[in-house]
Amino acid sequence: MAVYRRNYKPYVGALTPAWSRCLVLFRYSRRNLFRSKFLTGLFVVCFFYPVLCLTMIYLAHSVSFLEQMGVPPGVVTIDNKFFYHFISVQGVFAFLLTAFAGPGLISPDLANGALPLYFCRPFSRVEYVLGKSSVLAILLSQITWVPGLILFAMQAGLAGAHWAWTNLWIAGSLFLSSLIWIAILSLLAMALSAWVKWRIVAGALLLGVMFFGAGFAQAINAVMRTESGHFIDLAYLMGTVWNALFQVDVDHAIPVAEAWIALLFYCGISLWLLMRKVRAYEVIK
Amino acid sequence: MSTTTQLGAAAGESKVTTAAAPLVPLIELQGLSVRFGNREILNGLTASLRGRSIGLLGPNGAGKSTLINTLLGFYKSCGGSARVFGHDVATEIGKIRGVVGYMPENDAFISKMSAVSFVQMMGELSGLPADMALERAHEALFYVGLAEARYRQLGTYSLGMKQLAKLAQAIVHGPKVLILDEPTNGLDPSARQRMIRMIREIRDGKEMRIVLCSHLLRDVEDTCDEVLILKQGRIAHYSNLDEERRANKRFLELETYGANGDFTEAIEKLGCECAVTANRMKMILADGVETRDIFRLAAERQVRIRRMNFRRDTLEDIFLKAMES
Repeated sequence: MAVYRRNYKPYVGALTPAWSRCLVLFRYSRRNLFRSKFLTGLFVVCFFYPVLCLTMIYLAHSVSFLEQMGVPPGVVTIDNKFFYHFISVQGVFAFLLTAFAGPGLISPDLANGALPLYFCRPFSRVEYVLGKSSVLAILLSQITWVPGLILFAMQAGLAGAHWAWTNLWIAGSLFLSSLIWIAILSLLAMALSAWVKWRIVAGALLLGVMFFGAGFAQAINAVMRTESGHFIDLAYLMGTVWNALFQVDVDHAIPVAEAWIALLFYCGISLWLLMRKVRAYEVIK
Repeated sequence: MSTTTQLGAAAGESKVTTAAAPLVPLIELQGLSVRFGNREILNGLTASLRGRSIGLLGPNGAGKSTLINTLLGFYKSCGGSARVFGHDVATEIGKIRGVVGYMPENDAFISKMSAVSFVQMMGELSGLPADMALERAHEALFYVGLAEARYRQLGTYSLGMKQLAKLAQAIVHGPKVLILDEPTNGLDPSARQRMIRMIREIRDGKEMRIVLCSHLLRDVEDTCDEVLILKQGRIAHYSNLDEERRANKRFLELETYGANGDFTEAIEKLGCECAVTANRMKMILADGVETRDIFRLAAERQVRIRRMNFRRDTLEDIFLKAMES
């Protein structure tokens, strides 16, 4: 029927499966995200370092080229530290990307009261959070563990099966370290944007949590002569976990297990804060 | 059709039933109570509503929106039960949401999206395939009169246009029940007329049943055939407007010229109750007395009838009575 015919007809066709509805949210949110040229540019910049790493891995195995350049073999070593640095750099990019992309996912819905329109449909709050967080999760995966594993595969291909087998744990570390970082960034960004409802303020708040958290932690440590201040420094906690995962020898002020628990605690708190705000209507008792 | 209304049947309980109605019950409430903290917002509502278009009336804070939000599963009840199309709100909310289209009272949109994308997304979230959702989004926007503005961002819309966009997203997936919460809020008179006309069209189309929540009596009177009046979280009155209209048909007002006591006496002899002021007469027609009898008496006595109209209780009268009770 032509759309200009001004009448109403009921829908009698087949419905899509219920599980696929959160993909709708993912699709629309991702499309909205990449309307921003700045964000698209930042996303492209996030791939510079992986490309550099890829080149380094290739050069590390091009002995003749290194000889021509006068570089002694073994200067560039592809080991756990190499991948640790990779994930550290990409972690910073992931944080920047989250600060710019994350708050825009939920705050427009809350600011304009759109949540009742989602939840009056056969679409739950959990599906909503899953749909929105999957945007960040996939975006951040594309710049962290996915290129990380590609680098690992490239190194394994050039170095041989023996290297791949003995260093297989690095692939696991790449995945796990990215996963916890993505989880904490996504949940924190969405929780903050749900509470302040203003995209720019939420982005600033996320930067504040990271930088002021670190500063505040140092102040607590200095004033109270303790190391407990590190528990409010997310970057430090994450660094501790990454060091342990990549078996990099660095002295930790707090035990690795406690850093894990603290990070999981922050994930839980963020999720709780998020779910408190993601409702059709807020009940004021 | 018989209607019984029973208020305060049990302690704090209001009860309404409509018997022998042609349609399946749209909303069934059984002692429904909702509490926010210590405040009881809905207090033991019991009703069975079957109308094609049901109005929820009441002053601000009466619990109209809370009732709607409870029916949509947004609020949990602390007692009793509620059913929509026979589906229990507590256990089958997914099924209810699958057949409902909801237009909320407040602003509800995504400012950076175009109307067509917004309505399409809402259609897809209701389970329509993407291509079908797009087609129906265009149709819905044409239907509500936003055809020319459908590619504009919703943030640039006027209040009236936003209301229409909300209506479009509520009907895009072809729901069986359309729940409208204060649909004419903030609209200017012409936009209000347009909205009311559209609601009437939807009602008369018979594809959807309507629940309209408003504190504007005129809106409800214009669009609904059944009214539930709420007051302080209880049912103050239930009214089937069609029946009310029929029941009050025998209340007559006359404006006459040349009438005297003889004419009044003759009417009273027919068994009618009369009240005369100057050249105006108000009467309640007795059983078996028709308007042609009044015309006959007037003709016999050379009385000219300049105006005759049936007066009925308006919704305003009903509402005020309910508020006073």
